[in-house]
Amino acid sequence: MSDTPLLDKLETGPWPSFVKDLKRAAARKPAAKDLLRQLDRSYKDKITHWKHGGIVGVLGYGSGIIGRYSDLPDEFPGVEHFHTVRVNQPSGWFYTTKALRDLCDIWDRHGSSILNVHGSTGDMVFLGTTTDELEPCFAELTAKGWDLGGSGSAMRTPSCCLGKARCEYACYDTMDLCYQLTQEFQFDMHRPSFPYKYKIKCSGCPNDCVASVARADLSVIGVWKDDIRIDQAAVKAYAGGELKPRGGGSPYAKLDVKADVTDLCPTACMKYDGGKLTIDNKNCNHCMHCISLMPQALRIGTETGATLLQGSHAPILEGAQMSWVIVPFMPMEAPYDEIKELIAAIHEWWSENGKNRERVGELMLRLGMRSFFKAVGLEPPAQTVRTPRANPFFFWHAEDFEAEAAGRKYIKL
Amino acid sequence: MALSKEELVEFIYQLVLKAQGKKQLKAMDLQKAVLKEHPDQDKTMVKFAIKELIDTGRCVYTYFGGSFVEIPHEEGAAKH
Ligand code: HEM
Ligand code: HEM
Ligand code: SF4
Ligand code: SF4
Repeated sequence: MSDTPLLDKLETGPWPSFVKDLKRAAARKPAAKDLLRQLDRSYKDKITHWKHGGIVGVLGYGSGIIGRYSDLPDEFPGVEHFHTVRVNQPSGWFYTTKALRDLCDIWDRHGSSILNVHGSTGDMVFLGTTTDELEPCFAELTAKGWDLGGSGSAMRTPSCCLGKARCEYACYDTMDLCYQLTQEFQFDMHRPSFPYKYKIKCSGCPNDCVASVARADLSVIGVWKDDIRIDQAAVKAYAGGELKPRGGGSPYAKLDVKADVTDLCPTACMKYDGGKLTIDNKNCNHCMHCISLMPQALRIGTETGATLLQGSHAPILEGAQMSWVIVPFMPMEAPYDEIKELIAAIHEWWSENGKNRERVGELMLRLGMRSFFKAVGLEPPAQTVRTPRANPFFFWHAEDFEAEAAGRKYIKL
Repeated sequence: MALSKEELVEFIYQLVLKAQGKKQLKAMDLQKAVLKEHPDQDKTMVKFAIKELIDTGRCVYTYFGGSFVEIPHEEGAAKH
């Protein structure tokens, strides 16, 4: 009889199953075989048989290795240790096949051969090895130019969309920013010293292909300041059906410019009278809806940079929170001093004030936006007001009176 | 008065040693404890003193829901 009767059933369904994949690995690797056997046992017992480790790692690093052990090591010796190695991915996840083969060979020699490319963090996730194999594996990885990613209460491996490598919407060079920030914060990636994890994700435009608004403590989302560029002849071609919506990527053969584009603009700032398309750009909130539908007719503006948002995380009790605008517009050009300095200031404030396991977004809610802005030296712009006029109180500080006496105006014209 | 590099490393090691088995300290707890006794100590020096303790293997990073600096000890979850 099969060792894994319950898992075997998963192979009978209409979809490709991870069981089939793992059985192939199991033919060569005892770890993969016992992984399947232990999982089948968990299905039967209805509890997990994994334990978390807290100590394993490579010398000098406090990040990148995540310890896992079986609680039934005598029954499943192949997974007595089953540690994960996080490997820092290249920006935008571009590899040569040679690089991928190197990585697979290293993991074949030092681990279970099971890979997850990629985990939600962005890293390559090498699943399942023993404590003894960690240092030799790390040595081979570094010899080929790879390094471990972040884990624990540390800077996590920054990640980004492929940006200017392939995408005309990219408002800044996401891959370069991601790489530069990865280099800048090496110390904090490998040596956990924060209250909790800190993730940076860089998207080139508000389509936000790396979902940074929901998954990053600091979301860097490309945006433009000036007007959407319009090619009226192409608008006509979309209306006439010569150009396909979404570059042919939608199920519709022909765009109804009024119904599909302008009537669905969330701020109702577009007009189309059957001839000319106009946009009231100061009311556009850069949602990308119109541009993504007719990319040949509409293009992002030319004065580009990024909006910085802070604080998304998904605590189990309070539920998910999205990032919140802290800087409406920042130019994003090498050497990126402004954003690097801001991140360092945020870390300082959070490390000083955060409790153990408190994400920066939680601290921001606990102490308030006001004290956050003050501490990191940012202006509080109107775009950060989440619910206008919900709070009737205004607290005056002595310095407000002084500033007014010195001529401060509240409305900047 | 600020400590020299060697004194600082030893000071931090003693903090970790005394806490071992009683309280898990994060890197920031160590920095705050140093600054309490030696307010003029440079923060970057504290970071590098911890790095030295880790690089020489006198201390290790551990992860138990958060990352801590501890004296190396047996992994509780491993079979022995
Ligand atoms: C019911 C069981 C489990 C649930 C619901 C669960 C859930 C999750 C979730 C939501 C993540 C984040 C996803 C990601 O980063 O890609 C994650 C990550 C992870 N899980 Fe699990 N997990 C389970 C079992 C396991 C087991 C059995 C292991 C190892 C033996 C494991 C090891 C890991 C590791 C190492 C990561 C980090 C992956 C990365 O770096 O991306 N988990 N888990
Ligand atoms: C510890 C002392 C006090 C507390 C906790 C307090 C609390 C409150 C609260 C909860 C309200 C209702 C607010 C609302 O309608 O949303 C209120 C209203 C009011 N309080 Fe007080 N109060 C205090 C002292 C005073 C004093 C000393 C005065 C006058 C000298 C005062 C005058 C008023 C007035 C006139 C209103 C009505 C305001 C309005 O309806 O617009 N209160 N107070
Ligand atoms: S986030 Fe924007 S720039 Fe980046 S790949 Fe997606 S659509 Fe392109
Ligand atoms: S980007 Fe969005 S808000 Fe701006 S004009 Fe297009 S549909 Fe309207």
